[in-house]
Amino acid sequence: MTTTVPAKAEVRQSSPGTADGPRRRPGRIRRIGLPYLLLLPALLLELLVHLVPMVIGVLMSFKELTQFYIRDWTTAPWNGIDNYRMSVDFNAPVGEALLHSFLVTLAFTLLSVGLCWLIGTAAAIYMQDNFRGRGLLRALFLVPYALPVYTAVITWVFMFQHDNGLVNHVLHDQLGITDKPSFWLIGDNSFIALLTVSVWKGWPFAFLIVMAGLQNIPKELYEAAALDGAGMWQQIRRITLPSLSPVNQVLVLVLFLWTFNDFNTPYVLFGKTAPQAADLISVHIYQASFVTWNFGTGSAMSVLLLLFLLVVTGVYLVVTSRGRRTKHA
Amino acid sequence: MHNSPMAPPRSFLWSRRIFLTVLTGFVLVPVYVMVSSSLKPLADVSGQFRWLPSGLTIRPYIDIWSTVPLARYFVNSLIVAGAATVCSVVIAVFAAYAVSRYNFRGKRVFTVTVLSTQMFPGILFLLPLFLIYVNIGNATGIALFGSRGGLILTYLTFSLPFSIWMLIGYFDSVPRDLDEAALVDGCGPLGALFRVVVPAAIPGIVAVAVYAFMTAWGEVLFASVMTNDTTRTLAVGLQGYSTLNDVYWNQIMAASLVVSVPVVAGFLLLQRYLVAGLTAGAVK
Repeated sequence: MTTTVPAKAEVRQSSPGTADGPRRRPGRIRRIGLPYLLLLPALLLELLVHLVPMVIGVLMSFKELTQFYIRDWTTAPWNGIDNYRMSVDFNAPVGEALLHSFLVTLAFTLLSVGLCWLIGTAAAIYMQDNFRGRGLLRALFLVPYALPVYTAVITWVFMFQHDNGLVNHVLHDQLGITDKPSFWLIGDNSFIALLTVSVWKGWPFAFLIVMAGLQNIPKELYEAAALDGAGMWQQIRRITLPSLSPVNQVLVLVLFLWTFNDFNTPYVLFGKTAPQAADLISVHIYQASFVTWNFGTGSAMSVLLLLFLLVVTGVYLVVTSRGRRTKHA
Repeated sequence: MHNSPMAPPRSFLWSRRIFLTVLTGFVLVPVYVMVSSSLKPLADVSGQFRWLPSGLTIRPYIDIWSTVPLARYFVNSLIVAGAATVCSVVIAVFAAYAVSRYNFRGKRVFTVTVLSTQMFPGILFLLPLFLIYVNIGNATGIALFGSRGGLILTYLTFSLPFSIWMLIGYFDSVPRDLDEAALVDGCGPLGALFRVVVPAAIPGIVAVAVYAFMTAWGEVLFASVMTNDTTRTLAVGLQGYSTLNDVYWNQIMAASLVVSVPVVAGFLLLQRYLVAGLTAGAVK
């Protein structure tokens, strides 16, 4: 999401004549002040809920903030970079657990984003032209996205139950694939369970965005390709997919950030303590903060997470933008 | 080989049939489990899973209201999500109008900052925000922590960046000649906004409202930390159906369905606007 706006802003600033807006209004000061006035509510709220807390969070990460100081966090003693040192000391338990959680989250995110993108794009392309029942199918496909996260995840929790769940009933009782009913919400299987729920819930967003993106591809491109003798599959490969690349650039980034930071899905799926195999970083930090009441270390971990996401986003934007530019040149 | 885009080849049709069938199954199974289990007696959902209920009952739909104070959670969620949506949309309309129609110093900084908040891990500002709300409460007597107001404030900010971003794109697509004309006719800038730009951008505004409502209705993390018994929302309240001894899965499914129907119905009714809004704004 962060990507298109800088580009748009540039475009707008490079052509100042069109964007000047109402220049006939009298009163220069009013005219200059108005945009700021319009932005003020949004700005204040962003400051209160996002930016100031972030600064405080960074400050907290340099403090020894245990439950004794929570009443007034400012009185907690500074402890320099101890929290950071502890978080990244991969030989000690805290750092080792954080590294493990980070790697699990990375693997989970890459798989989930890849699958969501693939399913969403395929569905959108398959449903591009009209067939009977298309409207109904489209509505159905959007249901997982429209459901509140917790109701969707609770339903999956029920399906993954060991004794009375649907998944074991089908795999064990009906198909006989597993020797005995498996545990899905604890142990190694929990990674698969988490991935399944995440993809089930997430792919319709990709579907929605790609569907919207497809409508912006000019029909003439297809007609020209058809005249040149390109078949359906070739048209998809040569026209549809390349035309979607600006949409994909944003879509993949947004999916990545949302999935990486996802708290709701693992929290409702596993409760306060996630199993090792599905120990996503946001729940891990939540636990490090609220279960052990060590907010300084929790904050340091959050800051490290944010830095990682900033770097990934930056590199991603540079790489994908350059790729596109050279292709156009 | 068919050359016309109107006649897809057989390989396309077949793969489409298989793909869409499998996908429909994947999407539908949990929905079916939710609906069918909500109509089953407790014995059916406690023992081995059954595809078909041994008997249909609407008992779970009656019991859900007394097992936990669901009605109160419902009202809380409705107030919080409703207020957050209205405020978020109004504030986003103002901000997007400023960015779309004016050149001013700091415009780029504003858009980039607002959007980059999207990548913040919620966990990073959960605790600081909690502390800020407690401190504001201590200093001014305005209770933000544990109140609906605090939650409204938080949620409306969550949907704000995406809403502003989408509306900027949407407002950009409304021809400037229209508001220029309104200004000539003697409307002020705000008159031009509300009489010309807003009516022309209704699909985008509806899309943004749907998004804001869904965000607030579904959020779990802040709801679990920032509410108390009287202000608890559905996201947290639904966990009340599992007691230590018994998990009333039929009631949980019934309650989930009751909670989901308003948003899903609203979303499906308005999804046309959302797609149109995304097409005009977000993915352009």
